[in-house]
Amino acid sequence: MELDPLLLSRIQFAFVVSFHAIFPVFTIGLASYIALIYGLAFKTNNPKWERLGAFWTQVFAVVFGMGVVSGIVMSFQFGTNWSNFSLATANFLGPVLSYEVVTAFFLEAAFLGVLLFGRGKVPNGVHFFAALMVSIGTFISSFWILSANSWMQTPAGVEIRDGIYHVVDWSAAIFNESFWYRFAHMGLASFLTGGFVVAGVSAWFLIQKRDTELHRKALSMTLWLLLFLTPLQVFIGDLHGLNTMKHQPTKVAAMEGNWDTQAGAPLLLFAIPDQDQQTNHFEVGIPKLASFILTHDWDGVVPGVKEKPPELQPNVPIVFWSFRVMVAMGLLMVLVAVVGLFLRRNRAYMHSRWYLQTLRLMTLSPFIAVLAGWFVTEVGRAPYLVYGQMTHAEGVTPSLTGGMALFTLIGYFLVYACVFAAGAYYLTRVIRSGTEGSDSHEDEKHRPKRPLSAAEASFD
Amino acid sequence: MSEPIFDLTYVWAAIIAFGVIMYVLMDGFDLGQGILFMFAPSEHDRDIMMNSVAPVWDGNETWLVLGGAGLLAAFPLVYSIFLPALYIGVFLLLAGLIFRGVAFEFRFKAHSSRYLWNWSFAVGSTVASFAQGAVVGAYIQGFETENMRYVGGALDWLTPFTVLTGLGLVAGYALLGATWLIMKSEGSTQEWAYRLVKPLLAVVLLIFAIISVWTPFVDPFVAERWFSGISLIWLLPVLGLVCAYWIYKSVNNKREGSPFVATMGLFIFTYLGLLASKWPYVVPPNYTLADAASAHESQLFLLLGLLFVIPIVLVYTAWTYWVFRGKVKADQGYH
Repeated sequence: MELDPLLLSRIQFAFVVSFHAIFPVFTIGLASYIALIYGLAFKTNNPKWERLGAFWTQVFAVVFGMGVVSGIVMSFQFGTNWSNFSLATANFLGPVLSYEVVTAFFLEAAFLGVLLFGRGKVPNGVHFFAALMVSIGTFISSFWILSANSWMQTPAGVEIRDGIYHVVDWSAAIFNESFWYRFAHMGLASFLTGGFVVAGVSAWFLIQKRDTELHRKALSMTLWLLLFLTPLQVFIGDLHGLNTMKHQPTKVAAMEGNWDTQAGAPLLLFAIPDQDQQTNHFEVGIPKLASFILTHDWDGVVPGVKEKPPELQPNVPIVFWSFRVMVAMGLLMVLVAVVGLFLRRNRAYMHSRWYLQTLRLMTLSPFIAVLAGWFVTEVGRAPYLVYGQMTHAEGVTPSLTGGMALFTLIGYFLVYACVFAAGAYYLTRVIRSGTEGSDSHEDEKHRPKRPLSAAEASFD
Repeated sequence: MSEPIFDLTYVWAAIIAFGVIMYVLMDGFDLGQGILFMFAPSEHDRDIMMNSVAPVWDGNETWLVLGGAGLLAAFPLVYSIFLPALYIGVFLLLAGLIFRGVAFEFRFKAHSSRYLWNWSFAVGSTVASFAQGAVVGAYIQGFETENMRYVGGALDWLTPFTVLTGLGLVAGYALLGATWLIMKSEGSTQEWAYRLVKPLLAVVLLIFAIISVWTPFVDPFVAERWFSGISLIWLLPVLGLVCAYWIYKSVNNKREGSPFVATMGLFIFTYLGLLASKWPYVVPPNYTLADAASAHESQLFLLLGLLFVIPIVLVYTAWTYWVFRGKVKADQGYH
């Protein structure tokens, strides 16, 4: 069998970036939560918040460390597997990605150490400030990454001379047409990730009946937050979808499984899209609903995949089903948050075992939703790397052979499997060690500023 | 588009060159701990070795990531030819760095599985160092390019010459690591480190000598540069040899700081000699710095941010080293 370096490179990039993405998405949300807790601690002077903050800072340290390790590979992937793309887009993507790196290091240099190891050594106000700066810093980092990605979806502010992109308008390029939608959608996704992890872990502690007073407070606060954020995310997601329809109609067509441009398109609940036949099997749908959602008119016209010839279509089954998984997870999150509101009476949500168990399981939902969402937007952009301008085939490294790509794909898979197994295993130990003991920090042990030395648990 | 008043290409060349030597010196001594790790007489010595670099190693590696991103921004042609050409080597480098990075985090928390993290640290460090040395060799060899694209094979970079430069850098980092350990330890650990220096120095000098003789044969451009007339660049190898002698003397005199400083000097003069050999070619044999540079406005856009951040990173780095100055003990500092 002939190994296709292009396909293998796409699989490798998808694998590496998916693996990496889980960590920042979690750390961004968690950083804001930690800043919130330390803000409360600073305002109320209640040692309870200090304890909670210390616990989540340990979790943050481990996840941040894993994110940094998996992120190193990212900064070289563009060159190894997509060198033509790198060369062509470097005038814009080079500075933008460098700014992301610079922000991350500046953050680590200036504030992360104070957050992780400064408790008790700097005034509470300064500690809170450091936590706040770390959370802002994580957002600035994601700002640059999402700007780069959005530019690849809706390129702007550039002109091509001799095959090389030149920036003619920085602000048009950075704040391109889809940027703010993506930034808002991802920012909320991070908050939801942090929120559902905190809710799930608090629920687990309540089931275990450990430190219940503290975790009830944490859970109550988080559920209020989720009640507000989950519907907001549905709203922002809808706006993002409308923006996508304007700029990338074929992607939206694939999301809807809509092959032919039609008025009054149904919202498909189930279908098996068939790319070869250019049609769906076993369709189950709600008449006209897709038209209504996308055009706010029951008889609005929804674009079809077939407007593009087969070689310029994305993989419809993947986009169609990833989109459904993402939306299902989103609606499930709304449902769980709303049920939490109904269980407020007599504080039933704190005692009802089935609800706490549900929250535990829901810890996975934001991660699934985030990955599914990225599959929609990235696979939906295919066959383009820079939408409408440069295809994957044009961007891939010309000297790359199938054998080389397969070698590193397997290699990164093995490396990440080891790292992930060790990290996930250690993370569960940190969480199991709980909030009870984290008041008693010994100073000297924690002087070296490595993220994980902020965590207390033993590895084995 | 008007011509820029001032060409930033050479400013960026200086920044990248500075970043590379910062990385080599700083990550060099902590990679060196990993290379020497399994040769240490006892677990106690290993604790000290790891403690001596634990607070600073990841700051050291940030220079590498910054270098990668900076290259894409300032010299995209270097980025888009080196990485495809060194494809397999880059993978080995990254895999090695990941394994040793994770080992830093987990070894101190592990008990029964500690030996696994020891090996992870040692093998990861050695593989990463070898890959870096091979990159240097590949740079001297040059790359097969056509129309600004790499067109050679997957393993063109792996030749007897690059194996030698790979081994040379492993020995060099080990030397840097040993002299660092002299400075940071005492007692039996320091004794062991002292004993390592002379054999390592001999190996390093031998490999450097072979490389120096071999290089002009690998690349006629280099031969032309060095032998077309005696010029000031001959000062660089002379100063390098002075440093080598200084290492030898200071170890004999049981100095604690000088061996490390002298080894850094040896590295710096070798590095400058290498740059002088190839100047102004950055993707030998076809492309110069000017060919490889990105657009002026892109260089300027990033430079503004870096001018603000680099001083802060440098101050922070210096402060970290100051905080953790002095001798390291096994049971202190990191658990």
